Amino acid sequence: MKIMITTRGDFVSPRFDSSSEVLIASYYDQQLMEEPRSLLLSNVSAEILCDLALKENVAIVVCGGIEEEHYQFLTWKKIVVIDSVIGPHEAVLELGMKNRLEPGIILPGVTSKEVAS
Amino acid sequence: MKIESVLQSVSVFGELLNGIPHGIAILGTDLCILTMNRYLEAMTGYSTDEARGVYGDFILRTNLGIKNQICAEVLKSGESVSIDGNIINRRRKKIPVHFTISRLHDGEGQPSGVLFVLEDSSVVKVEELSHREQSIRSKILGHSSQMENVFELMTVLARTDASVLITGETGTGKDLMAEALHKSSQRARQPFIKVNCGALPEALLESELFGHVKGAFTGAVNETAGMFRLAHLGTIFLTEIGDLSLPLQVKLLSVLDDKEFFPVGGSKKVKVDVRIIAATHRSLREEVQQGRFREDLFYRLNVLCLHSPPLRERDGDIRLLLDHFLRQFNAKLGREVTDFSPEAIDFLNQYRYPGNVRELRNIAEYSANICQGRVVEVKDLPAYLFRPAVNPEMKSSSAMSHPLVQREEAVAARVTVPAGGTTPGGWVDVEKEMILDALRSSGGNRSKASEILGWGRTTLWRKLKKYKMA
Repeated sequence: MKIMITTRGDFVSPRFDSSSEVLIASYYDQQLMEEPRSLLLSNVSAEILCDLALKENVAIVVCGGIEEEHYQFLTWKKIVVIDSVIGPHEAVLELGMKNRLEPGIILPGVTSKEVAS
Repeated sequence: MKIESVLQSVSVFGELLNGIPHGIAILGTDLCILTMNRYLEAMTGYSTDEARGVYGDFILRTNLGIKNQICAEVLKSGESVSIDGNIINRRRKKIPVHFTISRLHDGEGQPSGVLFVLEDSSVVKVEELSHREQSIRSKILGHSSQMENVFELMTVLARTDASVLITGETGTGKDLMAEALHKSSQRARQPFIKVNCGALPEALLESELFGHVKGAFTGAVNETAGMFRLAHLGTIFLTEIGDLSLPLQVKLLSVLDDKEFFPVGGSKKVKVDVRIIAATHRSLREEVQQGRFREDLFYRLNVLCLHSPPLRERDGDIRLLLDHFLRQFNAKLGREVTDFSPEAIDFLNQYRYPGNVRELRNIAEYSANICQGRVVEVKDLPAYLFRPAVNPEMKSSSAMSHPLVQREEAVAARVTVPAGGTTPGGWVDVEKEMILDALRSSGGNRSKASEILGWGRTTLWRKLKKYKMA
């Protein structure tokens, strides 16, 4: 299974359409199969991210706020979208692999003090 | 301490915040959410309890740049910011928002947080759209389904910045449509420049469009900017584009492609940001087939095409326009002509209007001037309407087929046709008929015929030669 998380620094980016970084990880039986790849995109757009998800053949996309149009497109392409996720991407990936990630979840570590640290 | 003091004041003013019909968030100096009002809760989809303590950017999801840079700057500088943007809420809806961000101070005047006001501008945007539609309709009249389609298309075209080609017969309102498109577009506050490509000779037109440098040709004592530069950031309307010469078509094509050109005699390229709207009464496709119009330019201009339907195809618009123009001329001329008689309306409804709305307007003006009563009768209509149409295409189904024509023919037989009121070629037919009548009455004697006509012999001779009747 492949999971793609749109990121900003150490966190899930607040908006799908303005994410310039993504983390792609392959896992099997709740275990990472290799070191997650981090991609830095030259252009920022929701369409580019949708294309990337299709090209990478990911099964799950985890993101912050996403427009209905893009959500429906990815869902139509049989990709599970877990949106409105707030939290550090490491924790998010962990929960994602364990199938315990839900849309709208707010994980610990998202206050400014935690962001700064 | 600062956060606590702000929180305390927020709890005091909590209800007050809820009474304000805009989204309000108060962020601490660490840019975490301290509180939100109910309106913002509804906008974002997060309750205050969920959002409290979370970094503001994660909840608000604005497009104001990464890591709340603007908020940080406001907090640092103290200068309020008012900016348009959008948010994406938990329900995956993108909401256009007007943000106002200001710094908050504690009792000692020290910065204690940031006030974030989010004004939902989606209602304003919808109003803007309907206003745009209204402004398109305000100058162009028409309730027919054909015009409804045109208005619908114009509303869409106004939102784009692509070139538009307006086609349609003469007098169908192509100029008005171009102006309405400009006024409803994003470029509305910028200039709208109209150039009639058929009105000037080629050399002059090139200089008119692209400008010239000093000394470019004899008499070029000053540098001129040219219409393209005058229309910078606005719209240039090239009417009668079908009359543009081939060399100028090449230059126009390069302007369309590169948005830059050389002024006449100049060596420095000029860059312009101009939207082009072109119009023609000719069929550009036919012109292309006959080699009079460049195919590449045709396809470049024909990105978006708007066809203005002829009046005879606009069901029900004739009456509407007649009433409108009659009212207009009544007010202008200080007359009290209130309406058209049913016979006049019946006749005007069946007339084919080769000059379209322009011709209808002239008919209304003529009637308002001539009519002695309060209602325009058939006799108050221009006499040329009862003459045979010259255009063979019109002949079969034109006004001549109308029963009223036969009745009025006798009246109109020798009537003096008002200048400029004839259809193209109509006056020629009238003159020929008059000459023939005079020659018939004089038994072929030209001197007598010229006397009957009130012309000199040479005038009659010239006319006979002109009409190949000699």
